[in-house]
Amino acid sequence: MTTARPSGTSTPSAAAASPADTGAGAAPHPADWPLWEVFVRSRRGLSHTHAGSLHAPDAEMALRNARDLYTRRSEGVSLWVVPSAQITASSPDEKDEFFEPAGDKPYRHPTFYEIPEGVHHL
Amino acid sequence: MTQRTATPALPLGDDALILSHRLGEWAGNAPVLEEEVALANIALDLLGQARVLLSLAGDEDELAYLREERQFRNLQLVEQPNGDFAHTIARQLYFSTYQELLYAHLATGDGELAPLAAKAVKEVAYHRDHAEQWTLRLGDGTDESHTRMQRALDALWRFTGELFEPVEGLDTVPWPALYDRWTARITAILERATLSVPEGPQRGAWTAGGGRQGLHTEPFGRLLAEMQHLHRSHPGATW
Amino acid sequence: MTTIAPEETAREAVFDATVAADERIEPRDWMPDAYRSSLVRQIAQHAHSEIIGMQPEANWITRAPSLRRKAILMAKVQDEAGHGLYLYSAAETLGAGRDELLDKLHSGRQKYSSIFNYPTLTWADVGAIGWLVDGAAITNQVPLCRCSYGPYARAMIRVCKEESFHQRQGYELLLTLSRGTDAQHAMAQDAVNRWWWPSLMMFGPPDDESAHSAQSMAWKIKRHSNDELRQRFVDICVPQAEALGLTLPDPDLRWNEERGHWDFGPIDWAEFREVLKGNGPCNEERIGRRRRAHEEGAWVREAAAAHAARKARNAARTAGTGEATR
Repeated sequence: MTTARPSGTSTPSAAAASPADTGAGAAPHPADWPLWEVFVRSRRGLSHTHAGSLHAPDAEMALRNARDLYTRRSEGVSLWVVPSAQITASSPDEKDEFFEPAGDKPYRHPTFYEIPEGVHHL
Repeated sequence: MTQRTATPALPLGDDALILSHRLGEWAGNAPVLEEEVALANIALDLLGQARVLLSLAGDEDELAYLREERQFRNLQLVEQPNGDFAHTIARQLYFSTYQELLYAHLATGDGELAPLAAKAVKEVAYHRDHAEQWTLRLGDGTDESHTRMQRALDALWRFTGELFEPVEGLDTVPWPALYDRWTARITAILERATLSVPEGPQRGAWTAGGGRQGLHTEPFGRLLAEMQHLHRSHPGATW
Repeated sequence: MTTIAPEETAREAVFDATVAADERIEPRDWMPDAYRSSLVRQIAQHAHSEIIGMQPEANWITRAPSLRRKAILMAKVQDEAGHGLYLYSAAETLGAGRDELLDKLHSGRQKYSSIFNYPTLTWADVGAIGWLVDGAAITNQVPLCRCSYGPYARAMIRVCKEESFHQRQGYELLLTLSRGTDAQHAMAQDAVNRWWWPSLMMFGPPDDESAHSAQSMAWKIKRHSNDELRQRFVDICVPQAEALGLTLPDPDLRWNEERGHWDFGPIDWAEFREVLKGNGPCNEERIGRRRRAHEEGAWVREAAAAHAARKARNAARTAGTGEATR
């Protein structure tokens, strides 16, 4: 959720920002490169984690730029790059509908269940 | 100073040292911030290679800072000024394609350079890829970028013949075969980039030799003056 | 004045509660306009400082006196480009595009840290920048790792982690010079003399004159006042200078038992304001060079964009979507 951009969406946050700060409505210059989100797998066995973003003209260059920028201290063994505009994010305004219903279902967690002392491997 | 000037580590180390220096001149001047990081990565890889190679030939700092122009054995190609971004990319394309082929060969042997070559060939493969990606984009980009890229390729073409002069101490290298493979690769990438393989001669009109014999081009003297001045101003100091 | 709708008030309450609970504000959360613009201003200035800050040190890459020092310096200047990128990336989460921020930098509508308008005259300046300028920056930045805005805080964590070597290499460089020949020692002392006061100015104007401080503290964008951080920095530096065998150029510097801090002399704020106004020794060069790099790079950026567009058209044509016929 942290990766979604207010620009180009009609989220309340984008609407609330002043045009002076967001550049909203300004046509992109031909030389402006799109924004990409970078995900890094730091080592085998772990998921890719969001590391940040960068600009690149296309996917191949985005991948190379990500390699140079986000893994120059051996931070990664695998990279994903995703056009920022392609990410669909949940809205913070919908967080009650989205996430609260999960809060009252503790039976999904193992700690919900009582097991007699001395029972192992469960 | 104790130096083994006959070792092939010296010419190869000088190549890496001088090209790294040129790339270092881009710091703060790159066309886009992402490219600041990319060019510095390549420069750092090359400087790392230079330090290992020069240390095989003697003391790295004595060799880098206290030799005269005529004692350097690097190719004339790597000392050429950066020019615009297209010139830098053309220089990178010609050199990294050559360096990858040469190091891949050295890595398979059992000479003293094999361990370094095995490590460096992976770095260099990335440099070559970087140069190819940009060659494609500049060649097949806008009219302006196409013109600039072609001009750069043409301008540096005359320094490419020297790449395949046999290097003393690298007796197992099949230079003519290396040249053929280099030509095939360069031709293929230039074709994809809608560029033409330059037609001019691949060496200068005079045949007295080149960088490998310590004969350099005029910009090299100024490069050394800048690189060496501080070190030489304080003889014997440690830094 | 516009009337504030009830839902606006409710959102503001959520925002205030989140900040009060020391939780992070994330990009798509509602936030007050002034919070957003204040952050954009601060993050942009920070990002600009990183990339302008490459110049004074890059000035010495081609003259570094040993290959080891050359590699260190190149890696450091590269990191600064990287840190600029992390920070622009954080600013983009607020809807401020990088190209737009760079335009503002190039046209002088946004600022960068004044410290980078001072020249690097000798090799020792590279050491003084590492020790003092990066030291001051780290003192400023460590609290920002807990800044209320998530992406900024995360960028700062990464920056601080990477910068830990920056200050150390500077200190080590100066130590080597200080213990070297007489000429080297003098070079180191001269650099510290020139960089000390500008470094103290990096913390910004005194608290009672700082325009943005109070609100930034309330929003937990800032965690400590300018004067607090400046004092912390002086206290850290005094023993470090002693270990270097170098002196700090302040006759009023003395330990104050009562306060438990080092007292230091008055800062020349007139100089600070002049440099800020654009009258520092290198303002013209720094911004000029940045602008030139950007302008001379335009054809490269355009070429890559044109190539990408052509590739996308070709891919669409191959896929038979008819996109290419537009």
